[in-house]
Order: sequence, then structure tokens, then C-alpha cells
Amino acid sequence: MSSKKEPEVHSTRGAASGNESRGGFSRRGFLRGAGVTSGVLGGGLLEQQEAEAAPPPSVIGPGETTISLNVNGKAVKVTVEPRTTLLDALRERLEITGAKRVCDRGTCGACTVMVDGKVMYGCTVLAIDAQGRKIETMESLSMGSKPHPLIQAFVDNDGMQCGYCTPGFVMASKGFLDRNPNPTYDQVKEGLGGNLCRCGTYVGVRKAVLQAAKDLKGGRNA
Amino acid sequence: MPDYKYPPMESRKLMGRRISRVDGPQKAAGKAKYNSDVRPAGTVHGAILHSPHAHCRIKSIDTADAQKIAGVTAVRVIAKPGTEIQWTNQEIASVAARTEEIARDAVRAIKVEYEILPHLVREDRLDKVGSRAKPAGEVVTGDPEEAFKMADVTHEGDYGIPVITHCCLEPHGQTVAWSGDKVEFWPSTQNVSAVGDDLAKGLEIPAANVHTHMDYIGGGFGSKFQSDLWGQEAARLSKESGGKPVKLYLDRAPELTIAGVRPSVYAKVKLAAKKDGTLVAWDSLTWMTGGFGGGGLNADLLPYVFRNVPNRRINHTAVSVNSGGSRAWRAPNHPQVSYVTCAALEDLAAKLDMDPYDLFMKNLELTARPEVYKSQLSQAADMIGWKKNWHPRGDKTKGPIKRGLGLGIGTWGGAGHASQCRAKIHPDGSVEVELGTQDLGTGTRTVIMQVAAETLGLPFNAVKLTIGDNSLPRSGASGGSTTVGGVSASTRIATSNALEKLFEAVAPGLGSDKDGLEAVDGKIQVKGNPSKSLTWKQACAKLGVTTISEEGRHDPRNPRGLSTLGVGGIQMADVSVDVETGVVRINKVVAVQDVGLVVNPKLADSQVHGGIIMGVCGALMEERVMDEMSGKCLNADMEFYKLAGIADIGEIEVKMDITPDHDSRGVIGLGEPSTIPTIAAIANAAANAIGVRVPTLPLTPRNVLDALAGRRMA
Amino acid sequence: MQAFEFASPTSVKEALGLLGAQFSDAQLLAGGTDQISLLKERLHHPKRVVSLRNVKELHGIKKTGGGIRIGAMATVDEVMESSLVRAEYPSLVQAARGIASPQIRNMGTMGGDLCQRTRCWYYRNHLGLLAMKDGKSLVAEGQNEYHAIFGNSGPAKFVSASSFGPALVALGATVTVVSPSGSRSMKVADLFHTPKERGERETVLKSNEIITEILVPSARGVKNATYEVRQKQALDWPLVAASVALTMKGNSVGSAMVVLGHVAPTPHMASAAASMLSGKSITEDVAAQAGAAAAQGATPLSGNTYKVDLVKVAVKRALLAAVGA
Repeated sequence: MSSKKEPEVHSTRGAASGNESRGGFSRRGFLRGAGVTSGVLGGGLLEQQEAEAAPPPSVIGPGETTISLNVNGKAVKVTVEPRTTLLDALRERLEITGAKRVCDRGTCGACTVMVDGKVMYGCTVLAIDAQGRKIETMESLSMGSKPHPLIQAFVDNDGMQCGYCTPGFVMASKGFLDRNPNPTYDQVKEGLGGNLCRCGTYVGVRKAVLQAAKDLKGGRNA
Repeated sequence: MPDYKYPPMESRKLMGRRISRVDGPQKAAGKAKYNSDVRPAGTVHGAILHSPHAHCRIKSIDTADAQKIAGVTAVRVIAKPGTEIQWTNQEIASVAARTEEIARDAVRAIKVEYEILPHLVREDRLDKVGSRAKPAGEVVTGDPEEAFKMADVTHEGDYGIPVITHCCLEPHGQTVAWSGDKVEFWPSTQNVSAVGDDLAKGLEIPAANVHTHMDYIGGGFGSKFQSDLWGQEAARLSKESGGKPVKLYLDRAPELTIAGVRPSVYAKVKLAAKKDGTLVAWDSLTWMTGGFGGGGLNADLLPYVFRNVPNRRINHTAVSVNSGGSRAWRAPNHPQVSYVTCAALEDLAAKLDMDPYDLFMKNLELTARPEVYKSQLSQAADMIGWKKNWHPRGDKTKGPIKRGLGLGIGTWGGAGHASQCRAKIHPDGSVEVELGTQDLGTGTRTVIMQVAAETLGLPFNAVKLTIGDNSLPRSGASGGSTTVGGVSASTRIATSNALEKLFEAVAPGLGSDKDGLEAVDGKIQVKGNPSKSLTWKQACAKLGVTTISEEGRHDPRNPRGLSTLGVGGIQMADVSVDVETGVVRINKVVAVQDVGLVVNPKLADSQVHGGIIMGVCGALMEERVMDEMSGKCLNADMEFYKLAGIADIGEIEVKMDITPDHDSRGVIGLGEPSTIPTIAAIANAAANAIGVRVPTLPLTPRNVLDALAGRRMA
Repeated sequence: MQAFEFASPTSVKEALGLLGAQFSDAQLLAGGTDQISLLKERLHHPKRVVSLRNVKELHGIKKTGGGIRIGAMATVDEVMESSLVRAEYPSLVQAARGIASPQIRNMGTMGGDLCQRTRCWYYRNHLGLLAMKDGKSLVAEGQNEYHAIFGNSGPAKFVSASSFGPALVALGATVTVVSPSGSRSMKVADLFHTPKERGERETVLKSNEIITEILVPSARGVKNATYEVRQKQALDWPLVAASVALTMKGNSVGSAMVVLGHVAPTPHMASAAASMLSGKSITEDVAAQAGAAAAQGATPLSGNTYKVDLVKVAVKRALLAAVGA
């Protein structure tokens, strides 16, 4: 059903991927956030050795601190408090407003973003805890040479009314199709269970996701 | 004067076509800027201190600590000592600060002493509300007493539908900047043209000093017409913060408790009928709450649609409780009274061993539009396979899954509201259309462009439309399904007027007078003679340096055939109930809806889908839960205030009842009518499936299992 | 949220050094799906938040001598997709699949599931875990449709929110808990606690303790399943859940564990149901009898008698699912 990698041998995962942010426990990302200059790090040190050699972790805050986030492929600096959520950092500090604040408690999906390739609720992640992780927002789908086929599919099938839930739905659909490129209708209904709409646009959303799956296979975005 | 009538069905090029919504790409890409996304430079954040108690008096309030917090720009007391607070989350004080986090800290730092007063927050038991009941008096038609005595059969039933909330995804709020004597106002509103007037009144400044902007709104459903206390408060915070813009949106809990709810309805109904199902009498005692103000239900609508029943007794009581007030909620009154009426009628049919379809058919003469409903009942029945699949009450199939069918009925007005539109034709051929309206996601932008381009004989995209600003020609608030009729009409009139001016300018050159010209396929030509024509661009070039700018005004008192009042709709539901778990699943809902001239069937379908899905939520899971002992709303969140998800709604099939007859009535609104019959249809289908009525909605596993076991509701 | 300081240690040892003697000193942050909401509501108001995200040793799922080890920071999604889990523990996969939504499953962790606070709406509305007013329970005669029908004779009437708890208890799993003074191991069943007094919580964990791993014994030959009754298909809590684990002797049950979720302040062992199953082969009738046995002794509150009905059907369906009927 899923094309996802098995997570069993977790300790090799981050290293094997060669992607600092992939495993979500990047030492370097943490130290950067803690205000430790990168000069402390020997370039060739393995992560394991770093951990053993490092002093006890710094405690940050409670006041404002400037952190670096990897948003849509770019490193951006942003000043937050430790209690600032990723969603609020995006919306109120970085003016990246595709993700919306609706329930603010991880129960509606309007704030859906991808973190290290997985859909998550931005309202329920601390910005400071998202350092060193790859954050993709709705805006990333319009950044390529062509917009992601999901966008046109939502338009074609009228998968929106007021549109406030729509970016969350599109991101959740992206996450779903990444894992299920050939979904059935029932899988679409299960896979998009994490998002709520009040206007009642689900009929169009279901069709849109199926259309986008076809379009992606047809290479319309290739 | 131009002929403003819409072109006949067969000659329309754009109206009536399934055009995708014009702002779809912006919305689907997350680029649409809602006012909750707007952050002008220097914006500070507002926050409100809400009452934690349902009923109390403010003894003292001390803001000194809040003022001292670094980054706080203003602190204001809303409820001065001595003020009596009548519901939880009522506003006590407000704060503005450099960041939202600081504003919240400042709210926490305000010290308030409350004198707790006794409260009432539940209305479901009329015998427990005491003096909070406000009976409205009795309305009697005919001789109900005699009719009940003489009737072949009578039925008595209890029905209830709880308070639900709007739960707009974009909460109520705004950004507002009050600097000098000017107010820049970015609210989330259904009322772009006039919400600024309301704000100005609250601030005691001239309405002309408020400039309102709104491109997109994240849901309103009837709850966003006013500037509201928090809008005025945000403006004052701005002024006290040296004119910095203040962004203040309600948190979810206050959003669900003070920004509007739909009133409940509880009913004790008695019906009398002849053996053949002819309804002879209706008697209902209803009660409800619309919050502290009470009010909010027009019980005189009963029995809904079948209102011409010869003998009728109506008693209604409003109950004032200590909770936030009701606001218009998509088709005010109608879904509730449709449920009460259709449930009682289906229960009567069950008692008569009659198919409710036949019972409804039998009584259509009691409605205002028997022919419409007759045709719609029959179309809906075909769509859902009623004749084949309906069974007498109680599915006798083995196993826990029981399936049933039910029906519901609706009616609505939906005539266009007052609307003004400006149409400009520029010498270079470009066209601008401007209205102070708003697109709630209903497709208003798209529809206006279709009407304008149709009138001018241009492609859809040739029209540049501007809405969402109160400096534009005024258009009514979007409520009661009045927008599409209003803006279509004013757009038709304005563009026709502008076109006439263009005709005047080019007629001599074409050897015609203005009345002899038409605009077709991007050309201005002598009627029926394409050989005598100018391209649109050539024609406009004749304007020299002058732009045509014409206004059009739709006056509901003189609709010129562009919009009329009154539609009907039938919905039928097919549900499966697991009688072991009490879980109700929707298999399918079908809708047949008459709605006059349908400008865009694609978007109209979406409206009906939306109406039905809201009905599914209301039928299955929506309920505001109040706790009497603590006075709190226990589910002011989106976890236990449940909305259906994408897998919970079943399949939906919509048939727009498009006929030349309906079409000739002009453009009529659709948002409200589509949500009215759904709850009744689903509740009836569940009763048909399981063999007993679940008297009080929603159809949660608890309510279903309690009904099956004959347990009284707690 | 009350302002807090933040730390992101990379080892359990470091993490322990950052915790305090009280929950108000420091709180652990795992997936955040509950903790962030608790912080926003100021139901938790620690001076410090300690993220476990970068503590490698808490992650991963691997084989051990006698079963599998699930790191406390393994996400719900990882549990659900793990071939090791899928091979022997359908009840864990089914419990995982029932959790909220894809987003929550990507964020939430196994340890967080066990330590999350109750969803009781009195608790969440600041009326206290025991929800008392003037010495009287708000719940008993209040809005208790989601509340306990077992284990509710004391002041605690809420239900445990844990989705994995019942399945882990049924499978005989243990948790490893570390504190500055060392490490201890306990049955998952013993992790949960029904508070009797103010200040007590839903687990026995102290503020300076961390769950590091969950050890699930091999379930080869143990038929197991979880069945949850939920109104909505997603983003909804189960009304009642049942997890069963059956050690088979041929076609009949040798020994059984039947554990209920969302019916009591802790996962609730339905011992009567378990013992009546022994020696029987699972048929529709036997499963229904076990359901009825599981419901015996329930003490529903004013408005949740329907949950007694749900216990019957959940146990029946879990048993039938376990044997693939």
C-alpha cells in the first residue's frame, strides 16, 4: 500500500539519506539554534562523536531568540520565542500565509505543512523545534517551472468555496499522493481524513485528488 | 432604455455555462490573501480578556500589571466595575502588543474580581428553565380541537435539534488602523459596503472616514454582517497604539461561543389526518434558545411548507440562557422547522402504514407550489430509487446494518438584494466592472463576469472585475441568498447602459441608430448583419479620449424580471445504521432544486453540495454542549464540536431543476435552500432504517442506541 | 502558552538533567500533538520544555530476543507501517490506524500516546482532572457521554485517551522508564493510574522520568486485534475500544487477554470475558458471550449507558477480527 521506507533500523536512517535534516535529530541544526557558532564543530566529526564530545545542551529563552529555518528550500532567519508555533512563525513573522490558523489545536488541518517530507499540523509544532528540518509550505507548490498539478485539479473540480481550508487540503493531498501515487477513491477518503472543510467542498476535493494522481502519472508536471 | 432582460436560454454564450471559478487558481495555490493574512507594516496584535463565568458582575478590574509588560501598546477596559456579564467569554478587556504572545501575557496579567451570579445555560428541559421562559402566545387557525376530535388518526411526537454554531474556519476579526480621522479596515465580513458604516457608528465618526477592504473571506454563513464589539475595540486599541494597525481575531473557543449560533428547537407535535393521509390539523408546542437575548425562531412557519393545513395551533416559547447570542445561520429557522415537520409527517405516515412519498404527494395542495414539489418529488425518487428501495419502517434484513430512505422538503425566498454596479468601457477596449460586493466562495466574482461579458458580447476574461471595497458602488450584504440575484441584475443593468453609450458612439458610422445594434462575439454589428460590424476594439477606439462609465442599480422593489422570489427543493437520503454501534453512515443524498436562472451550473452544484454537507454535519454530529453546573460550553473547539470529514458524507447527487419556466423567473439565490431539507431527509432515513424515531438530534451513537433501547435522553 | 525556556538534548542522560522535581519545572515534548495544546491552554505551564526529538536512542523499532522494542519516540505512522509490527501485532496496527489523521500519525509518538492527558472536556475546560465543584462531581450528573463506565466509583470519571494502551496491555508489553536514579521496567498495565486525589495524574510517572522504550513480547501464534467504535471515520476519538490477545491451542483459546479502552480512567481488563474464553473456539456466539461478560459490572453514569452496549460489540468484533472471522 505504501511506498514508504521501513523505519526499523532507525540509527542509520539519517546518515544513509545523506540529508542532515532527514532524521530530525541533526546536531548541527540544534547547535545553530542554540547560538553556538559552527566553528566549534570539526567538519569531519561524525554525529555520534559530536554528541559525546558536546557540552550539555544550552537552554534557550524564555525570551526572543533568532533561529534559522529551512523553508521551501531556503534558510531563513526569524525571531521567535520558544513558545512560538511554526504556524505563527510562518504567518506572523515570515508573511508566508498559505497555511491558515483555524482550530489552533491540531484538529482541522488548515495549517498543514510538510516537515521532512511528511504532512504535519503547523499549529502543533514549535518553530524552535523545527530547526534543521525541511519545511515545505503551500507556497512551494507554485515555485517550480509549472505549478503542481494539484492546484489545477482543485480548480477544475471546484474543490473549494471560501477557500480557507483549501491550502491545507492541497498540502495534505500532496503528502498523500507522495505516498500513494495510485490511490483508489476509498483511499483518497481515508488519506484526507486529517482536514476539515466547513463550506462542504469534499465532493470536488475527492475528484481533484484523483485527477491530480492521473496528471502526475501522465507527466504533466514532468 | 436598453432591454435589461437576460438573453433567452438558447442564445446565451456564457451565462449557464460551467465555467471554473475565476479566483480558483489564487485560492488553490494559497495565494488568495484573506484579511486574516493581511499585516500592514507596523501591525500590533490585539487580544481580548473574556469572562470565565456564565453570569457574574465585575467587582474590580486592575490593568496595572498588564500595562507594565514590555511591548504592550494599549490596554482597555471594556466591562467596568459594576457591569453584569451574561455569558461565558463575554468581553471584559482588551490589549494590544508587539506580538501575539505578549498580548496574551498581558491579558493574563489583568486582575479581575468577579461576583458570581446564578446562571442557566441549558434549555432542553422546558420544565427546568423557570422564569427564563418567554412564551410568545398562541396562534390558532381553524378549529384544531374539533379537527383532532374528528380525525381518523392522530400522531404525537417529540423532536429536538440542538444549538449549533457557525464554526467559520476564518474566525471573526479584522485588522484595523485608526490614524488621525481615517480608519483603514480589513474585516472578515459578508457586508463590505456597509460594515464600515457600522464601525463608524460605534466609533462615533463619519462613515465616510472608514475605508473597508476585503478580497476573500473564510466563511460567514450569516454570522459576519456587523463590525462587532471586537472590531470597534480593535480600532480603539489602534488609536491608543498611536495609529498602528491592530490585528485581532477571535480564538476558536470564543469564536464558537460569542460569534453566533443557530437557535435550537424542541417540539411537541400533534398531527391529525384522514385515513388516506390527508392532513387536517397541526398542533405544536415549540421552545428554543437563541442565547441570552432569547428570540430567533419563527414558529409561525409550522407546519413547514404544508402551512395551509386548515386547522393549526402554534405555541412557542423562547428561553433566555446565559450564552452568546444567535445570529443568522444559513437559512434561519428553516432547517429546524423542516426537520420538525418532515419528521412528524413521516412518523404519521408510519402510523398510517403509508409510504411517506405518497403522504407528501397527497398533501401538496397545502403548499404554495404543488406543481414544483410534485415534479421534484418524482425526480428525486427516481434518482434514489425510492420505489424500488423504500420499505416500511424498520429494515428487516439480517445482521446489524439497517438501511433506510427518508425525505425532506424546503423553500426559500432568495430574491436579489439592492445592488449598484459601475461598468466602464475604455477607448482601448478594456472593460472594468466594479461593485462593493463580496465573494463568500459562492462564486460571486465568476457570476458577475459571466453576466457582464455575456451582455457585452465579449469573452469571459475580457472583463476586469473589482469587488471588496466600500469605495465602490454599494451592494447589499451577502445574506439570505440574495447576492447572486442582486449583483447579476445590477451588472446586467450597468453593462447594458454602458453598451448603449458605445452603441450611440458607433451607430452613425455603421449607418444605424443605437437600437439597431448588437454586441456579439467581440463585435458591434447591425442586428443580424455581421457584414456591417466593427470589432470591439475598433468600436471602442471611436470613444476618443472618453471612457464610458455607467452605473446600474438593482432595486428589489422593481426587479424588471431579473430576479424573483421563492424556490422549492426536495432531498432524499439513503443511510445505513449499525444498530450495534449506533453509527449512522450516509450512503447517498440526492437533491432536486429549483432556483430560477442558473448562471453557472458548476458553481451552483458546489453550493448544493455544500448545503447538503452542512446538513450532514447537523444531522449526524453537530451540537453545542453546555454544562449546567459549571455554565461552560464544553466543546468550544473543533475536536468535540464535530464536523463531518471527507469520508463521512457519502455520495451526493444534485439535479438543478432547470426548465424554461423556472429560467424565466430570473436569477435567484441558492445558498440557503440547498441546506434546508438535508437534516430532515437523513433523520427520516435513519428512522426508516431502524424502525424507531431518534427524537433528538444529532444522530450520534448515543442518541441512536438510546432510542433503540428505549432509554430516555439524559 | 506561558513563556518557557527550551532545550533539545541529544541523549537521555542530558534530557534527565534538564528535568525537575515538579511538572511545573519542566515538561517533555515528544510529538507535541497533545503537549502543545496543553501548553496553549496553560493546563501545563512549565518553566522549561525539553524536546526529545534529537535523542537518537529513543527512536526506532527493532527486533529483540523475545519480541520487539519500540522506541518511545517512534511515531504512530512508523508503528503502523513497520513490517516487524505488521508481522505479529495487527492489534497495534489497527490501534495506530484509528488515531486521528495522517498528520497526527506523522507527529505523535508511541511514548506520547501513553503519556497524553485525558480528553475529558471538564479537564480541558479548566475544571480539573477530577472535575469537582463544591465537593460534588461535575461529571456524574453532567455531560458524561464520553466518560467512564468502569472504575468510576472514585472521583476520577474520565477515560484514558491512550490508543496503544489497551493493545499493549493485552500483549503483555512492558515499558522502560529512566530517572536520575536509574532505570526500571514495568508492565504497561502498571503505568496507568486512577487518581484519587488532586495532584495525581493518569500515569505513575514522575516529573523527572522518561519512558525510553516499549518492549512487546513476541506474539507469534497469539491472535490479536483491536476494534474501535468511532462515529467519524477520522479525526475522532473512539467511544469504546477493545483489544484482545488470544494464545491458541489448536483451534481453541488457551489463554486470553481482553482489554477495553475509553471506558475507564485506565485501560480496563475485562477479566470475566478473558476467563470465559479459555478452552473455547471463537464463534459469533462465543464472541457475543464474551462481549456480554466484558460489559458485566459496568457502572454507567447518567448519560453513558450506551457505552455498555458498545463494550459488547467492540469485544465481539475484536475477537472475530482476531481469528479472521
